[in-house]
Formats: sequence, structure tokens, C-alpha cells
Amino acid sequence: MASHDHDHPHDHDHDDHDHHHDPHAPQKDHDSGPADPHEVLEQALRELLIEKGVLTAGEINAQVDFMDTRSPALGANVVARAWTDARFKQRLLADTRVALAEMDIDIGSLADFRTVENTPETHNVVVCTLCSCYPKLLLGIPPAWYKSTAYRGRVVVDPRGVLDEFGVKVPDGVDVRVHDSTADLRYIVLPMRPPGTDGWSEKKLASIVTRDTMIGTAIPKVTEKTAARAARGKSAS
Amino acid sequence: MSGEPVHSAPRFKPGDAVRIDDRAAHGHCRTPWYLRGKTGVVTEVQGAFRDPERLAYHRSGLPPQVLYKVRFAQPDIWKTYSGPSTDQLEADIYEPWLQSTT
Repeated sequence: MASHDHDHPHDHDHDDHDHHHDPHAPQKDHDSGPADPHEVLEQALRELLIEKGVLTAGEINAQVDFMDTRSPALGANVVARAWTDARFKQRLLADTRVALAEMDIDIGSLADFRTVENTPETHNVVVCTLCSCYPKLLLGIPPAWYKSTAYRGRVVVDPRGVLDEFGVKVPDGVDVRVHDSTADLRYIVLPMRPPGTDGWSEKKLASIVTRDTMIGTAIPKVTEKTAARAARGKSAS
Repeated sequence: MSGEPVHSAPRFKPGDAVRIDDRAAHGHCRTPWYLRGKTGVVTEVQGAFRDPERLAYHRSGLPPQVLYKVRFAQPDIWKTYSGPSTDQLEADIYEPWLQSTT
């Protein structure tokens, strides 16, 4: 290679590539470019609501702020509680609204919640084929793929194929149950507690419960990393 | 059970076989096309909720409609389903879309 480089008239060394660019190029504003029709509609509606005294700008912002504070961490705490408290788990499966209220989580009045439990016999996965219904109050803003036509269209027809693409191989002998949240209920999956987590605290358990494990497109796993983190947490407490 | 008070007794109960009506619906509707004409089994009476097909057009949505969880065997939805025949799909369907199979 070295002799080739030596003979070659062009410089194939790309190490100085960055020098051709301005390292301090201005960051493009998120709202640069023309507003799309939905943005125009939202802005018009918001300004009218404020002008007519229906809502204040502060109230709108407070609600946006509240929705943005929702994250899968909330759902993970619920799962970890269910893993460590069998009675809570029973209540969660029987009446999710009431069980969440025990954890000071108010799911409001827009939709009701259901918890579906993964077992050695059944793996659950959630979709909304009609739009993108999602348990935002427990999991935060949904990932883009959840709202994609590809996921919504394919997971009902070929759930095992889609799960395989997510890295979840559901063995024959375990039923796959797809939940299409077509109406007024939002679904959250209660995954199975993985082996190797005996004696873990709720907090440590929650650390392995990711967003996708509560949609059903992932399985909670104990990796070397999470086990080490859990061990550190345990010795520190 | 949740949502609005149930005004009329639910027509179906868990264990009942039901067929999803195969009619067309204009505008907002919560019964997916792929389930119309298919047969499943009621697994749960979910309660009563304001009718989304009216709510969407600034109506009250009253009286509330009874909502059911219906379970379908995947091969009953898709003739070419490639997974095990015991795989299932569940959806929430309003009573006006359910027909008795008997």
C-alpha cells in the first residue's frame, strides 16, 4: 500500500477531511424553512384559544412540559414493582388504573389502561393499526417506528417475522398474541422477570425494563453491564 | 369494566363466538378493515365508552356503546399465516359491529 500511495498523484489520506469544512457551521434551526400545513393549523388554533381566553399560553406550555416529562422510566418502575410484589401484580392485571393510582400515577380520563402479562406460554406485542394509540402516560412519546406504516401493517400479519427483526425469537410452543389497540384502551406489556435477578432491588430491576420490553418488541435481559451496575448498587446500599 | 355507565345490558359475554360485521363505514371508525367478516371469541366486556363514530363529528357519542375484547386465531384472519395456528390477535370492538354466529 505504501508504495502505491507514494506513486499516486492524489492524496488518498482522508485524515484531514474535516479541514475542508467549517467546524463551527451554524446549527440549522429546527423551525427553519416554511411551516407545513399542520404547523400553521396548530399555530392558528393555539392563538385563537389564547385570544378567546379558553387557555393561557402558560397552561399550554405546562401541559407540553408535563407530557415531555413522561418517560419509559415510569412504566419501568411499575414493572419492577409487579416483579417484586405479587399482590401489586394481581391488582395491576385486574385493574391497572387502580394499581397505578397506588403509585401516584393518574392516567386521567382520555383512555383506560390494560396490562397484559407475558408468560412462558404467551408473548404479547402491542400495536395500533388505525393510528398510533400508545400508553404515553407510562411510556412517554412513542418511537417513530411505532407510528410507521411498516410496523403497523406488518406486525398483525407476521408478528414473528417482525419480532425476529427486533431480535426477539419467540420459540414454537409459545403463542404470540398481538393486541391491536383499536379503541379506548391502552396496553402495556408486563414482561417476564429474567433469571439472574434474584435479590435485586426494585430500582435495579427497573434499570433493565426498557420501553420496547413494555411494547413487546424486546425481552428484558441481564447483560454483564446491567449485572455489574446492579452489583455496584447492591454493595453501595 | 370502565368508561361510561353501561346503559343497556351487554349483548355478548365472554366465550361467545362473534362475527365482525362486514359493512363499509364512512369516516371515522374503529373497526379495522382486516377484521371485518372475521369470526372470533369475546374474551372480555371492556365497559362502555362514548361512540367514537359520533364523537369524531362533534356529537355527544351518547348513548355509550359497549366495548368488547375479541380474540381471533391468526389463521382465521390470514389464510396464509405462517406462524403456529395457536397464535392470536386481540382487538377492541364496539357492540354495533358484532354479530352472533348462531
